[in-house]
Parts: sequence; C-alpha cells; structure tokens
Amino acid sequence: MRTTKGKLITGITWLIAVTYFFPVLWMFINSFKTENDAATLTPKFIFTPTLEGFSRLIDRGMGNYLTNSLMASLISTALVLLLAVPAAYALSIRPVVKVQDALFFFISTRFMPAAASILPLFIIFKTLHVLDNIFALSLVYSAMNLPIAIWMMRSFLSEVPMEIIEASRIDGADFETELWSVVLPIVLPGIAAVALICFIFSWNEYFFSVLLTSANAKTTPPFLASFVDGRGQFLAVLSAASTVAALPVILAGWFAQKQLVRGLAMGAVK
Amino acid sequence: MATGLKSARTASRKADSKNLPRKLLAPALIFSITLTQIPFLVTIYFSLMQWNLLKPQDKAFAGVDNYIYVFKTGDLLPAVIATVGLTAFSVISSLLVGLFFAVLLDRKFTGQSIARTLVITPFLIMPAASALIWKYSMFDTNIGVINFVVQKLGFSAIGWSTQYPYLSVIILLTWQFAPFMMLILLSGLQSQSSEVLEAASVDRAGVWRTFAFITLPHLRQYIEIAILLGTIMLLQAFDPIAIMTKGTGGTKTLAYLLYERAFVGMNVGQAAAYGVVTVILTIVVATISLRSLFKVFISGVSK
Repeated sequence: MRTTKGKLITGITWLIAVTYFFPVLWMFINSFKTENDAATLTPKFIFTPTLEGFSRLIDRGMGNYLTNSLMASLISTALVLLLAVPAAYALSIRPVVKVQDALFFFISTRFMPAAASILPLFIIFKTLHVLDNIFALSLVYSAMNLPIAIWMMRSFLSEVPMEIIEASRIDGADFETELWSVVLPIVLPGIAAVALICFIFSWNEYFFSVLLTSANAKTTPPFLASFVDGRGQFLAVLSAASTVAALPVILAGWFAQKQLVRGLAMGAVK
Repeated sequence: MATGLKSARTASRKADSKNLPRKLLAPALIFSITLTQIPFLVTIYFSLMQWNLLKPQDKAFAGVDNYIYVFKTGDLLPAVIATVGLTAFSVISSLLVGLFFAVLLDRKFTGQSIARTLVITPFLIMPAASALIWKYSMFDTNIGVINFVVQKLGFSAIGWSTQYPYLSVIILLTWQFAPFMMLILLSGLQSQSSEVLEAASVDRAGVWRTFAFITLPHLRQYIEIAILLGTIMLLQAFDPIAIMTKGTGGTKTLAYLLYERAFVGMNVGQAAAYGVVTVILTIVVATISLRSLFKVFISGVSK
C-alpha cells in the first residue's frame, strides 16, 4: 500500500517535472526541424532532423553576437571581482565602522539602476562616442552586478575562521600575505560562485544591451528578437538561436547547482 | 630616538591598518557612485529640461513642467498598478509553485536529482529566449502547443499574448522564477531536523498537520528570503513585456513606460521625470523590504 502510494507520487512528480521542462525540450526539438516541420498545427515529434536552422545562424553572423556577449560577460565579471573582493573584505574580515550603511548603499543601487541611470548613460555614452561599445556596456554590467557580488562575497568571507587569520597575523603576515595566501585559497569556491552568477546575469541581460548598443556591440539577447519575421516562418531558426544562446548557462547551472543556490540567496541559505 | 622611531613606525602601521578597510572599499564605492548615483543626479537635471531628441534646437529649462505632465496625463497610476500588480502576482504564484515543487522534490525517489535539474532549467534559460519561445511556440494561436492542447480538450484557441497579455506575462514569469523559489525553499526543507519530524510521525501528527505546524514555521525565514530576492528581480522584469506584450493590456510597467517615452518618443525631459518618480516610488518599496532584508541577512552575520 505504502509503496504503491509512493510509486504513484513519484510518477506524478516525474510527469509534472517533464511537463514543466517541456518548453525547453520543445525549443531543443524545434531547433532541428525545417521551418515547415516547426510550423505545423499538430505538434510534430517525428521528423527528419536537419541542421539547417543552425547553419542559418552562422549566415546571420550569430558568432559576432556570441563573441560580444562573451566579452561583455568576461570583462564585467573580472572587473566586478576586482572591486567586490576587496570591498567585501573591508565589510567582513577588516570591518570598517559603518558596515551596515555601506551594505545598505550597495544593495539599494541594485533596486532601480535601470530607470535611474539609463537616460544619462545613453546621453553620456553618446557624447563620448562609446554608444555601441562593448567595453562601455561591460562597465554598465559591472555596476549592475557589483552590489550582489559584494553581498555574496561578504557572506563567503565572513565564514573564514578568524583564528586562522589571527594566527597568520601573529606570525607577522602583512596584508598581502593574509589576503593571497591565507584567505583567498579558503574562499576560492565562493569566488567561483560569484563569478558564475555575475557571468550569467551579464550573459542574459537584455535592457541595457537593447538601448546602449546597435550594430557593433550588440549582444545575443536582443539579437534573438531579430529572428521574429512578420512575413514568414521563423520558429525553427529562432529555436536554434535560443538553444545556442541558452546552452552555456544551462550547462553551467546544471553542474554548479549548489554554488548557484548559495550565491543567488546571497549567502542567506547554506 | 630609536624608540621614538619605532613607536612612530608602529603608529603609522596602526594608522595604515585603520585606513586599509577604507582603501579596500573606496574603489567599489567610487565605481558604484559614478555609474549609478551621478547618472541619477543627471536624470533629475534632465527632468527639469524641455528636451526632445527629435527637436534638439528647442532645448530649454522647463522647471516642473515635465512633472506636471507626468501627473496630469494619467499614464503614471496605471504604470504603478501594472508594476506592483505584475510583481506581486508573479512573486506569489512563483512562490506557491516553488513550494509545491520543493515538497515534491524533497522526497527520496528514483531520478530525484534529474527531476530537480529539469525543473530548475527554466530559471537558467536566457529570459529573452524564454519570452520568444513562449510567445511563438507555446502561446501562438496557430502553432502554439498550449492551444493544441486547449483545442484537443474541445475549446477554441486562445490568443494568449494578445487577448490575455497580463496573464501571459505572469505565467511566463512564474515559469521562470518558481525554480528559483524552489531552490531556496528546498534548502530550507532539507535543513529541517529529522528528529523533530520523526517525533511528529511517532505522535501520529499526520502529513498535513506536520506540514502546517512544523514545516511551514521552519520555512518562514526561507520564504521571506525567497520573497525579498524574488521581488528585487521581478520588479525589474523588462524582457517579457518588451518581447511579449509591448506594454498592452495592463502590462505597461514603469520600466516599459520610461523606455517608451525615452527611446520611442525621444522625449528626454519627460522620460527623466518618469525616471525620477519611478525611483522615488521604488525607494519607498525598497526601504520597507530592505529593512526586513537586513533583519534576515545581518542576523546571520552578527552572531
């Protein structure tokens, strides 16, 4: 009786999980169809797979957009780590007086950065001729991710046992030694989690990329929308593009689920 | 002399270690102020200007004209309602769906980790891709899978994103964010002490009573965290609206309204005024939620 009930619940769980996942699966399946196969009234599960959609992505120059996304994500993640690790250090291991004020300030900038800053950024970038520039976009992404990175990093740093740090200080370690050979090795997994999440947020960002870039520096998310074609069929190629665009983050997220949760909850969840 | 030098050195070293935290914090602080606070001050300045990018020669000081416009035209209130409503409904529904998944996936069963991996995937998908895929492969009136099912059930096809844009956006956002809620709640469920649960089952407390009186109170802190972080992320959701509904049917949020004024209407002054009002409203919401956010997060640190 018990096991029957258990099996039933397991079955239902699986059914729900697969249904929930279906849109992703469908995107994946559609990416291997011809446009005609993708646009049938009755969903087609059996068809001759083709790489036509993917080859059209190359023709449309998706490589450039992926490169832009990769650059913006890598540059901004590196910059964020460079700024966030020392700042988080000052907010945990070597606390400044007004820790709470500083934390409050940083997180408050995350609440409404877009509406507050998009217009001046647009006008300033235009004046400086860095509109449609991947480095300028990376700076904006860094500002967007910095508060979260600081909060996450601070939670990882505050778990470093103070005894280890104090022991190294008694041994006469200066700050550089303390940071590089004592603390950083311990929090390396934390830094990886922060880097992963900053990368994901930059990779997926849409708003700033739509507004601050055009032909040269446009990243992948706005490029996807360009497949929507009022006259013809486009679902197969759109699905192929979406699959390629989403795959790096899906894979990273699958393999780093634990770090992802801790990082996203900003350390509040262990 | 020698001792004096030594004490001076110690003193300077002490001053160094006192200044060090400031030095560590300064770059991040300066960077953040330059890219978020200064632009906001500039936004305030813009909001006092009559300035349309299509008519740059008419640029002039406008005083509070833009603000009068913002409050008079009646676009503001619907946008506030849309923002608050969409955020609230999406947060609540993704929390409920997330809780449901967390409870289902907390059980031990065959392929548990694979099922969990499938369920979290929607959160990992690029939001722009999700919006496009839902709009054109799920919600579409002709080739959408949902309408195929709806018609198989004997109803006529529904034009989701045109007839029910509000609901469509909530469905999409829930699909995206429920996994996030689930992940946080799941770690809450897994941190429950098994002894308490065993004691409850020895006392024949029953599944529902155990859930209501033991599990839910235990989850409270996790639910708070999930709501707060969900609110931060959903308050700024822009992609689904820009891609799926273009602000139709009550989905014109403050972010979308501002975008429309600035980059479609090219009216910098008006858009800036909307921006300032948006920020002020957000500060109100943010202050309230940040207070509770602090209680949840800081308490863990000061221990």
